[in-house]
Amino acid sequence: MIDWLTDPLAFGATTRALIEIAILGTVGAAVGCWVILYRLSYSAESLAHGLFPGLVGAALLGLPILLGGAAGVLLAAALIALVNRFATDDADTATAVVVTTLFGLGVLLALSPESPPGISELLFGDLLGTTDSEIIASAAFAAPVIVLLWLLHSRLLAVGFDQGSGPALGVSPGLMTGLVLSLVAVTVLIGVQALGNLLVAAILVGPAAAARLLTDRFRPMMMLSVVFALLAGLAGIYISFHAKIAAGAAVAGCLVMIYLLAAAASAVAERSFGRTSLNQ
Amino acid sequence: MDAAAVIAAHAALGYGGKSVLDGLEFEIPPGSRVGVLGPNGGGKTTLFRALLGEISPLAGSLEVTASISTVAQTDRSRLDYPVSALDVAVMGSLAGMPWWKRPGRAEKRRASEALEKVGLTEQAKSSFGDLSGGQRQRVLIARALTAEAEILLMDEPFTGLDNKSEARLESLIDELARSGQTVMIATHEVEQASRWDLVLCLNRTQISFGRPEEALSKPVLEATYGGHIVEIPGQPDLGVLPAHHHHHD
Repeated sequence: MIDWLTDPLAFGATTRALIEIAILGTVGAAVGCWVILYRLSYSAESLAHGLFPGLVGAALLGLPILLGGAAGVLLAAALIALVNRFATDDADTATAVVVTTLFGLGVLLALSPESPPGISELLFGDLLGTTDSEIIASAAFAAPVIVLLWLLHSRLLAVGFDQGSGPALGVSPGLMTGLVLSLVAVTVLIGVQALGNLLVAAILVGPAAAARLLTDRFRPMMMLSVVFALLAGLAGIYISFHAKIAAGAAVAGCLVMIYLLAAAASAVAERSFGRTSLNQ
Repeated sequence: MDAAAVIAAHAALGYGGKSVLDGLEFEIPPGSRVGVLGPNGGGKTTLFRALLGEISPLAGSLEVTASISTVAQTDRSRLDYPVSALDVAVMGSLAGMPWWKRPGRAEKRRASEALEKVGLTEQAKSSFGDLSGGQRQRVLIARALTAEAEILLMDEPFTGLDNKSEARLESLIDELARSGQTVMIATHEVEQASRWDLVLCLNRTQISFGRPEEALSKPVLEATYGGHIVEIPGQPDLGVLPAHHHHHD
């Protein structure tokens, strides 16, 4: 049993993966709480997929992935904003069209004959391939996100509760929603190396959605969300090591399991005590 | 008398250069309870938006001389949101606080005092969504009090309240006015408005303004609501609307 726990730690790659997923899990779970409360899950997922051509472009041009991702996010956001101006009555469909187009474009680029090998990592991530400099970059991006969330907590909470009250309280609702989406973009950039473009949305939505099922106070929700993300990261990496399966997929699988368990626990609690959450 | 809390002079309000409410001419002294009457689309919401500074008058002037806050209809707030009554009251403290500051102990104390004033000390830790409609309304009033608003705008606050909650809210409004707060209440309840200090009748233009006994005549109500006025027995000069009119926009 001890060996089962200590064996993976003998490898630098596993240790680095654990550190990386701890950083990503903390940021993703914290930002994810706002994604859930602002009902931006779909936007978050769209943003993650929409920046794919940027990532592929950077890989093809030999530029840093973060740079390509940033350009991709800006392009996706600008296009989504543009089509939403013309298709105001069905913003979701307009967004879906843009995102699928962008994602298709990215896949087209990725599968071209000139593409270097390993480009599939952009889709599925390479958690165990995390380097020291990637950990430093992740931490450098994660720190300001956490600081901003801490500073602006009350304003985010107030606007999420009641958009209409924002102006009277001196908080701009548009600014706060934009802030949440920007933090989502930064989180996606942090996570894309580890979990890939397809799985990174899982860490943004999964832990927070599970936590939301179990509590109706914000603070415990955020703490639970972070604990769930860290648990899923830890369990995923161990499962990946021992079962020899892809680490990113294992982590995403664990996130799904935690969500299902939380949903079951919430349903049982409701049935037994007539309550919708466990802490009332 | 103190300087007026709200002064309108020849004010016209609207959107995109098109007027939807004009002829506004009134002065509201601080500490008044003002019933704002009018049909849906009569301009009540537009007036509130202008008072909050969301839109500027197209013509004339609309001056608000004190801090102002709105108490939204509670059916517009989110019941699934993970906050307590105290959390909501604390939100009011954000008004006038620089963006890098977080509400601390002093703000929490102010919010607790506001909850005490609206009679919800015991419910401070309850989830907002678990409270009754009347209690939620009072939490939103506490939020406005925490924001130290001297003028409170209430948009149809009695909608959906049972008789007990309605009486409780009405006495809270009386109490707020006694302690110097100006309360402007958009309502359909003519009979209720007649018990307040002032009434402002709107129907795309200002029909009348003044003390209820002067400003709430039957012709005024007919001009405000376009007929269908029922007389209150024993008060032939005062009318009420048929009950089916009690919906909100």
